[in-house]
Amino acid sequence: MNKYTERIHNGIVTENPTFIMMLGMCPTFAVTTSAINGFGMGVSTLVVLILANWMISLVRKVIPDQVRLPAYIVIVASLVTVVQLLIQAYIPFLYDALGIYIPLIVVNCIILGRAEAYASKNPPVLSIFDGLGMGLGFTIALTLIGLVREVLGNGTAFGVQVMPPFYQPIGIIVKAPGAFLILALIIAIMNAAHVETHANEKVEGCDGCCATCAQSSGCVSPEKKEGDKV
Amino acid sequence: MTSLLMIVLTAALINNVVLNQFLGLCSFLGVSKATKTAASLGGAVIFVVTVASGVANLLYTFVLEPLALEYLQTIVFILVIAALVQVVEMFLKNSAPALHAALGIYLPLITTNCCVLGVALTNVTNEYGFFESILAGFGTAVGYTIAIVLMAGIRERVEENEYIPQCFKGAPVVLLIAALMAIAFAGFANLNV
Repeated sequence: MNKYTERIHNGIVTENPTFIMMLGMCPTFAVTTSAINGFGMGVSTLVVLILANWMISLVRKVIPDQVRLPAYIVIVASLVTVVQLLIQAYIPFLYDALGIYIPLIVVNCIILGRAEAYASKNPPVLSIFDGLGMGLGFTIALTLIGLVREVLGNGTAFGVQVMPPFYQPIGIIVKAPGAFLILALIIAIMNAAHVETHANEKVEGCDGCCATCAQSSGCVSPEKKEGDKV
Repeated sequence: MTSLLMIVLTAALINNVVLNQFLGLCSFLGVSKATKTAASLGGAVIFVVTVASGVANLLYTFVLEPLALEYLQTIVFILVIAALVQVVEMFLKNSAPALHAALGIYLPLITTNCCVLGVALTNVTNEYGFFESILAGFGTAVGYTIAIVLMAGIRERVEENEYIPQCFKGAPVVLLIAALMAIAFAGFANLNV
C-alpha cells in the first residue's frame, strides 16, 4: 500500500471522521433523515474538503502562523459558497432538503481540523488524497446512517420501498429524537465490540473540535492535541 | 407585540436550536458535564448570538443588499462573528473583568459554534428586520442555554448511576438523554400563543 492509498484507507477506516473521530456531528444528525440526503451532504463536504486541503497545502508556506486560522476560514467559506451556488443551480431538490446545513459546512470541524492537522504540513497531492479519504469516510458514514434511519422510519431505501407492506414505519426515527437514538445505539454497539473511538474522551471546556481547540487559549495546543489523535 | 413574543418563543422552545435543529451540538455534548460551566457557556452564547444577529442584519441590509453581494453572506458573517468575539473579549476584559473571568475560556469557543452562524443565516432566510433578528438571536440562545443546563443537570445525576451497562457509559447515554429531551421538547410544537 503506497502513501496515497494509505491516506484513503486512513480516512475511510482508521480515522473515519464520523465513527472513530466523532467530528462534524451537527450535519451527521441533521441531514441523515434519508440515505440520499446523507449522500448529498457527504459529497458536498467531500468536494469542499478536497479543494480546501489542496489550496491550503499550496499556500501553507506563505501564510504567517498567527493568522492561519482566519485565512483557512476565508478559503473554506469561499469554497462552500461556490459549492452552495452550484447545488442551488443544478440540484435544487438537494438544496431544499439540506437548506441551511450547506453554508454551515464552513464550521464543520472536519474541514478546519484536516486543514490544521494535515494540509498545513503536507504537500498538495498528498493533501488531496487525505481530503478524498476523509470525505469518502464521511460520505459512507452519512449514507449508512441515512439508510438505517430511512429504512426504519419510512420503510424505504433511496426512495424505493424495501420493507414488506405489513411493516409499520417508526416515524420518530426520521424525526429529531431518532437521530440521537440511532447514534447512541451505534456508539454503544461499537463500545461493545471494543472499537476504539474518540467518543468518550472529550476534554472539558474543549468540545472535541479541532478548530475550536486551536482558537482556544484554555485548551492544550492544537499541535499537541492533533499529535495525540494522528 | 404578539408576533415579536412568538419569534422569541418559537426560537427558544418550539424550534430549539440544539434539540430540533442540531446546531451547536459539539459544545452541547462536550461542555455539559456540570451545570455551573454549562450556565456560564449559555450566558456567553446569549451575549454573542444576540449581538452577532444584530450586526449581521445591519451588514446584510446596508452593505450586502445595496451592493448586490448577497452571495457573499457566508464569508462575511463568519468573519464578522470571529472579529466580534475578539472585540467582545477585549471589551469585557477591560470594562467588566468580573464577567470576563466568569465567561473566560468560553468566549473564543463560540466562534466555531455553528449556532451563531446558523442564526445569522436563518434570519436572512426569514427576512427578519433588525429588531426581529435580535429577538430571534436572543430566543435561540436562550433555547440553547435551557437545553445545555437541563442536560448538565441530568448528566450530573446519571453519571453516578452504576446500573448503566458498560457499553452505554459515556457518549451513548448522553445521546439517549438528548433523545428523550428532544421528545419532550417536541411537545412544544403544539404551543399556541
